[in-house]
Amino acid sequence: MTLDQPKYKTTDEVDFVVIGSGAAGGIIAKELSENGYRVVVLEQGPYLTEKDFIHDEIKVLNQDLLTNHPDLQPNTFRKTPDEKAKRQRAVAYGRLVGGTSTHFTANFWRFHEIDFHERSKVGPVPGAALADWPITYADLEPYYTKVEWEIGVSGLANASPFDPPRSKPYPMPPLPVKSGGVIFERAARKLGWNPFPAPMAILSQPRPGRSACINCGFCLGFACEVGAKSSSLATAIRMSEKTGRCEIRPNSYVHRIELDANGRATGAVYFDEKRDIQRQKSKAVVVCANGAETPRLLLLSANKQFPDGLANSSGMVGKHLMFNSGALSVGVFEHPLNDYKGFAVSRVLHDFYELDPDKVGFHGGGGLDARFDMTPINFALGGLPPGSPRWGKGFKDALSHNFTRTVEILCHGTSLPVENNSFSLDPDLKDAWGLPALRMTYKDHPDDVKLSNWLNARAAELLEAAGAEKQWSYPAGEQEFSVHLLGTCRMGNDPKTSVINSDHQTHDVKNLFLCDGSSLVTSGRGQPTMTIEALAFRAGDRIRALAKRGDLSA
Amino acid sequence: MLAAASHAHQATQSASPAKFEFFSGEQAAEVDAVSARIIPTTDTPGAREAGVVFFIDRALVTFAKDNQKAYGEGLPALRARVRELFPTIEKFSAATPEQQDQVLESLDEQSGGGGRRPFRPNAGAQSFFETLRAHVVMGFLIDPESDKHGNRDGAGWKVIGRVNEHMFQPPFGYYDKEYPGWQPIPATVDKTNS
Repeated sequence: MTLDQPKYKTTDEVDFVVIGSGAAGGIIAKELSENGYRVVVLEQGPYLTEKDFIHDEIKVLNQDLLTNHPDLQPNTFRKTPDEKAKRQRAVAYGRLVGGTSTHFTANFWRFHEIDFHERSKVGPVPGAALADWPITYADLEPYYTKVEWEIGVSGLANASPFDPPRSKPYPMPPLPVKSGGVIFERAARKLGWNPFPAPMAILSQPRPGRSACINCGFCLGFACEVGAKSSSLATAIRMSEKTGRCEIRPNSYVHRIELDANGRATGAVYFDEKRDIQRQKSKAVVVCANGAETPRLLLLSANKQFPDGLANSSGMVGKHLMFNSGALSVGVFEHPLNDYKGFAVSRVLHDFYELDPDKVGFHGGGGLDARFDMTPINFALGGLPPGSPRWGKGFKDALSHNFTRTVEILCHGTSLPVENNSFSLDPDLKDAWGLPALRMTYKDHPDDVKLSNWLNARAAELLEAAGAEKQWSYPAGEQEFSVHLLGTCRMGNDPKTSVINSDHQTHDVKNLFLCDGSSLVTSGRGQPTMTIEALAFRAGDRIRALAKRGDLSA
Repeated sequence: MLAAASHAHQATQSASPAKFEFFSGEQAAEVDAVSARIIPTTDTPGAREAGVVFFIDRALVTFAKDNQKAYGEGLPALRARVRELFPTIEKFSAATPEQQDQVLESLDEQSGGGGRRPFRPNAGAQSFFETLRAHVVMGFLIDPESDKHGNRDGAGWKVIGRVNEHMFQPPFGYYDKEYPGWQPIPATVDKTNS
């Protein structure tokens, strides 16, 4: 981790401070440092490496070894703005170098064309602030390809008839199919649907310094100990370090961005590991702190010029929060699948990506995947069919029978943007550093819940066609917790209705850029990280072009 | 396996306090007896053979410190419930397995509940029975490489059929064994399908 890393002084005015080292921050740091700029990446979490990545479910999942800790950084939640928010965990994200990309599922679908111009194509949706993106799928296509090749995505081009056009095939074949994937594929084809090998940001073939997936089975929620999962840690961060111009500074919790008299960002103010306050000077600032922490940081940075939050003249910072809707059906089969081996997902289908609202009665669309993402303890405490014995011989027998025979069909879908759904600062609760806690306000648009249940009915049909010996579905309700944190500093051409322009530059502060889940205008159909990374490659290009023209110092 | 089982059993019976960091020998024997009804020994090992009581003892001085009070109050309440149901029996570990099951049934408010999997099971927020049940499951199924106290000899993983290895090669299971490889779908598809 210290390989070739420079150590900048906080008083050195570096070219860029990048706040956050996850999916977006890693790639932006790489793009800027590889092109000659001096970069400091400030990451609030620790710098862990492969040797730290263990299979201990309790430490990793229950004690938040890799994630934001609810005791140190508590959240509050309410459904609507007229309620008082209660303390409850509302978000989970990776809090370490590499961010959430270290522990994600690694489902890497591209968004489709529809996701960028849904507002024009399907018209306004009552109760939603649906908007077109200022860029199109075609603008982003070259960057999707860059993600696949530079970061490493396994998949099979054109295997899905619904895939948007692509300029290049995947750099490596799909991961092996799992038994659950075979069951899914056969049943879906029986129903006339079009299952295909899941595109995954996990290596099916080794790359320099990284192993191909060894199918250890501790994947979703865990960080990869052989570097097969294409996290920022295993990819972009290491590439940034090799430039000799990029310093990764962990345990640096940024809580304020300050402006000079000309309204220009001067760097970032943060708590270091000892909770002493430091100020890193820079010519420009790029915030990639995720869809929760990016708007929170802007709100924490309110000043005289921006009393409602930095770069928030529109009032849109923190608003239009989207999660992605979701629903789950589960099947148990006659013979062992052993889907506990390997990564989570091997087959997907996109037949329902663009549903016709006139036919189904709601807006949106989605995809289904076949997965098994439960590790043994989680499975025993929550993976058995409803009504199963909870202790005694019956419990033990159910565990013995079901653990190897269970597959889940997860439905992923649209979240419509609703202005009231937001992140804001809690007026009462503070975190362990004395900063206002993150408050979530969220109530799913009714169409999102209808969509989830509609997709879940397809998942149930699929399990029936597959001949499951037992199957059940969890009805989808309104969500109160998420790991997909989207849309809270949305991109747009109009400074009155959006926070950043299509260059990821804030409308209000010329040398302040935002790129992460907060930039998204629509939620897509469930898998945002691929798009966040494509945006980050594109933002890197745009920021460099502006820097070359001297547009950052105005 | 048998050695570990007999070791665990002896340790709980010997009432030697040095073996435990949190429990007294007597408390350990009670917890051990409850664990053996939650995941009983059948033709395959149960919680006792997996050393679950040692896992819980260790947990209560490490990650589950917050649950010390729950055990401190829960174990006397368990004994009280035993006496209430079976006045001649002194403690849980002295009851027959059938009697023990009756006691646990009376404590399990959610029997037959099932329910959606939790993202992060939080044992602390629940009743003592629920806390204990979660701890027994954890001690039975924790990754044996990560934890030296629970899941002895990988006993729990053997029971659920999880092979205790670090890497796997396909085929993984029954249904992918005969998979002929990916075949494209020949028919053209109507994109407006819904």
